[in-house]
Amino acid sequence: MNILDDMGAPEEPTMPYFGSEETVKELKRALSNPHVQADRLRYKNYITKVIRYMTQGLDVSALFMDMVKASATVDIVQKKLVYLYMCTYASDKPDLALLAINTLRKDCADPNPMVRGLALRNMCNFRMPGMPEYIEQPIVAGLRDKASYVRRVAVLGCAKMHSLQPNTDIDGSIVNELYALLRDPDPVVLVNCLRALEEILKDEGGVVINKPIAHHLLNRMKDLDSWAQSEVLTFLLRYRPRSDDELFDILSLLDAFLQSAHAHVAVATLRLFLHLASAHPAVQADALLRTSAPLLATCGAASRELRFAGLCHVQQVMRSQPGLFATHYKRFFCGYSEPSYIKFRKMEILVELVNDENVALVLEELRSYCTDVSPELAQAAIAAIGRIARTYSEKCLDILTGLLALKQDHITSAVIQTFRDLVWFCPQSTAAVCQTVEACVDNPQDSEGKQALLWLLGEHGEQISSAPYVMEGYIDGLKTELSSAVKMELLSASVKMFLCRPAETQDMLGRLLHYYIEEESDMCVRDRALLYYRVLQRGVEETRKVVTGPKSDPSMSVLTGRQEEPISLWASTFNTLGPLSGWDLCLQTAVISASEPSGSAENELLPGSTDVTLSSPNDTQEEISLSLGPPLSHETFEKMWLDLEILHRQTLGFPRPKTAPDTLQAALQLVKIQTLAFTPGDAVPWKAYLYTRGTGTLILAELLQEDPDAPDSEGSLVVSVKQQPGNQQTIRGFVLILKSVLQTLNVDPL
Amino acid sequence: MAINATVNTSINEEEQTGCLQSMVYSHEVRGEASKDSINVFYEMVTALSGDQPPVVMTHKDHQFIHVRQGGLYWVASTKTNPSPFTIIEFLNRLAALTKDYCGSLSEKSVRLNFALIYELLDEMVDFGYIQTTSTDILKNFIQTEAVSSKPFSLFDLSNVGLFGAETQQSKVAPSVAASRPIMSSRGEQGGKNEIFVDVIERLSVVIGSNGVLMKADIQGEIRIKCFLPTCSEMRIGLNEELNIGKSQLKGYSSAVRVDECRFHQAVKLDEFDTFRILKVCPSQGEQTVMQYQLCDELPCAPPFQLFPSVEKDYVNRVLIFLKLRCDLPPKSTALNVSITVPVPKGSVSMSQELSSPDQTAELQPKNKALLWEIPRFPGGAQLSALFKVDVPGLSSASLLEVGPVSMSFELPKQTCTGLQIRFLRLSPTQTGLSQRWVRYVTHSDSYTIRI
Repeated sequence: MNILDDMGAPEEPTMPYFGSEETVKELKRALSNPHVQADRLRYKNYITKVIRYMTQGLDVSALFMDMVKASATVDIVQKKLVYLYMCTYASDKPDLALLAINTLRKDCADPNPMVRGLALRNMCNFRMPGMPEYIEQPIVAGLRDKASYVRRVAVLGCAKMHSLQPNTDIDGSIVNELYALLRDPDPVVLVNCLRALEEILKDEGGVVINKPIAHHLLNRMKDLDSWAQSEVLTFLLRYRPRSDDELFDILSLLDAFLQSAHAHVAVATLRLFLHLASAHPAVQADALLRTSAPLLATCGAASRELRFAGLCHVQQVMRSQPGLFATHYKRFFCGYSEPSYIKFRKMEILVELVNDENVALVLEELRSYCTDVSPELAQAAIAAIGRIARTYSEKCLDILTGLLALKQDHITSAVIQTFRDLVWFCPQSTAAVCQTVEACVDNPQDSEGKQALLWLLGEHGEQISSAPYVMEGYIDGLKTELSSAVKMELLSASVKMFLCRPAETQDMLGRLLHYYIEEESDMCVRDRALLYYRVLQRGVEETRKVVTGPKSDPSMSVLTGRQEEPISLWASTFNTLGPLSGWDLCLQTAVISASEPSGSAENELLPGSTDVTLSSPNDTQEEISLSLGPPLSHETFEKMWLDLEILHRQTLGFPRPKTAPDTLQAALQLVKIQTLAFTPGDAVPWKAYLYTRGTGTLILAELLQEDPDAPDSEGSLVVSVKQQPGNQQTIRGFVLILKSVLQTLNVDPL
Repeated sequence: MAINATVNTSINEEEQTGCLQSMVYSHEVRGEASKDSINVFYEMVTALSGDQPPVVMTHKDHQFIHVRQGGLYWVASTKTNPSPFTIIEFLNRLAALTKDYCGSLSEKSVRLNFALIYELLDEMVDFGYIQTTSTDILKNFIQTEAVSSKPFSLFDLSNVGLFGAETQQSKVAPSVAASRPIMSSRGEQGGKNEIFVDVIERLSVVIGSNGVLMKADIQGEIRIKCFLPTCSEMRIGLNEELNIGKSQLKGYSSAVRVDECRFHQAVKLDEFDTFRILKVCPSQGEQTVMQYQLCDELPCAPPFQLFPSVEKDYVNRVLIFLKLRCDLPPKSTALNVSITVPVPKGSVSMSQELSSPDQTAELQPKNKALLWEIPRFPGGAQLSALFKVDVPGLSSASLLEVGPVSMSFELPKQTCTGLQIRFLRLSPTQTGLSQRWVRYVTHSDSYTIRI
């Protein structure tokens, strides 16, 4: 093949940064050589070479003129390559790119629909100022093209055009045309219309899914390919059926998709079911049952990544329906060759699935992971057995005790830590644990393990006859101990031990306190030692009152069988990245309230009617509820604030309330907005930083008031909002709430 | 929320040494990702420890989602919160299509065919939105021809491995026969109108220390790889006595049973219930027409039985004696059998006695395991091996660390469920001669035997 000859060896240096100027010069010479231009194949090979360098990161923008010339060709492959080049460098060379536009516009009128579509798509991909005026006409023509291929491109072109000029007004005629094209016979045009409308109308809440549109989409579902199906299902989440009859009609239409061979369709359908049937728990449960087979299939898929996604979603489902997968527990046994991140998830699931029938087999399986070559995995397996021990303590204690015989540091440490948690949650196992600890000759070497052992010795010293001697070993070696956490634990444990076995402990406790008070350089440890010293001066009985507490928390054992959570807690993050990246765990407090359409939004939004489609969604439609969640530190806030981009900025139109700062803070707290910091009262400019959580996202906001007397400011507050992950609807809800609070304060100074 | 994905696909290749990596191909669709986002991804993915779930990574407000296929990372980045299933399946599909069009997946083939991959991506994704992934549609738009990284030769029989299946004509289709580009050089070897129908099963088994089958799980699929530019309807006949579901009664004879099966949406099932015939018009390229699974039971005996004995020899040595029996029918053979036996921590050296020179065994102290490899294992045979492992400071408890034994292997021409393809018929209107190949293979990378 000729291509290879001219390109030289295909394994050319992968990072051709060295001598890159030479390379570009050489290419330029070749491309402008009339002999090369005459030979179509050689010419094309040079173009291929340019693109190769470009995709590898070399700057070949100097060749722009030569490449524009090369775009005038009948060879479609060459055209595509040159278009790729032009799109990449158009923003760097806007003046030169204008030269290319003529060729592209000519191609937009080519008789071959493929050429038309290609030219239009690439022209819309140019990212440079002034582009919209060149592409508007071809796009409008493309929307009416007789070839569906061109219409698909033109529809997305509308979205691209909007993204080039994000702050201009929305062109109503284009929006109407897109709504009309939802009726297009081509399924891809239909879905592209939804996508384009969603982008163009982003600030108004996205594409409107009213009853006629929803029913139209539902009826077209079977014509769509699987990608489009799952996307339409996601759009349908916005629709609320008016009556139960309509709801059940929709559900039965979608029923077949629950069992789709494509996991992403089945899961998207399930999410829609859970959302629509939120008032019908029986329907939800049935949908979960029917989707359990496809979900389980993803857990055994050949692709590891799909398997991981499947496992994460199974975990979510189990939060509400722990029994759903109980009979399939063997599907969650780990494969030898699976990566650890999958094994961890599987172990977590196995722990939840244990019941009287399968406990022996599950434990045997987990036992075999305890000697895994990865210490983290082995420790996780031991911790998993510890969790099961809260219900089936006898069997688990045998296994854990057996593991101690292996005399491996990481295993011993994990077992001791498991013991500590076990006696706390499950006091009836204390005697057995103490016996084992007594018999255990090896002491853990890492600081977590040491802390656990010391805690056990201190708390249950009266049941472990050798406890003081083990403790003495630690006190003798206290100069070599580095971890302050271990030092603290050693102090507490020695004091507790002194209370139950004073004769054996008194001497070493004295030595310990003396060393820590006189010679310890860690202030925390020294202060703690002083504290214990002063408490001990009050007498033994006083000390006992202060130091000893409950040895276990029996009330916690009720919680070990996890409570079933309502589905609504996780349904909103189902089939999003949340379960995979663990966001849903930290944002569990986020409460979702389904946005009930209010009366005013009921008017039929027929596609094609200008006035209604552009009306912004009514405020009352945007009910969201915010929650505080765990507090955010200043550092975290600052880091996130710097990392994120501003998603929304709005001038509120009134100055800041002249109330005392704590009134403002209290008022915002009432609506679950936390104030992180603000500038003192009269400072100019005045700023306040706020945060809150809502709909599974974290919202950060800044309030800013410039000098009210400055000539070009109206003295009104400006709010800037950042969010992670992005959700425009929540932001709008948040701004509305914030606005109403501030307004109230303004009107009615407390 | 829409799947408003910015599919910004970059492919990084990880060399074996793990220190020299390079980006092979990246394609920016929306202009949202900053220029260095590929480098950012690259730094993040290499900084991961083995235990962190790597599938989704967040950098500022960008999410990277990636899969690994063919030693390459296939990455999508997005600013929204899309469906992970959609993105992962799309990336897998992209990798499969790249394989279809380039013939094989490797850094080299991706490098050689970057123009083709660009063409593919440009038609598949517009502005970050998936347009189509169907080869029937794509073939109209893809014009670049694939550059094969090595010239395809029918006579290249050097690595007959996975497939070496008999067909009706009892000819052997070499295993590389199907790994050529679907549109490769229409002139030369093109015109080879071939259809491959593969029945592939993945077996995962746990056998208890008493030899009792504790867990068995078969995931199977029927995959068609079609090189015909256009193909009319094809009828695939499965075993007539195929039962689906747990409730159905077993027949008198050798009924084949699967728990459940799912079909590609293009498969017509009107003759499936009575005659077990699938009707499908295969598109060019590879597609899975049917997936099925069977849990908790094996219709045949487990392919391998292990009789281990682990003893403490004098002071610091463990003797591991393994007798492995292959319970396949005598005419069948298992290939690439590898057996991993965990050994006590601190094992320093090993000597072994193996029964034939083509077997190998080595101690891998890093993985705390010994690896015994058998390239060919005939059915009905029994192989044994003796390993003497030196472990300084051996205690009797250390013997507990030996086990469980994990095996991986391939069984060509075998399906564990017994699913067979009775016939493959193309409709008589199909023009041109076409060759049909049926191949069976079972593989397992999770066959665990407790000791």
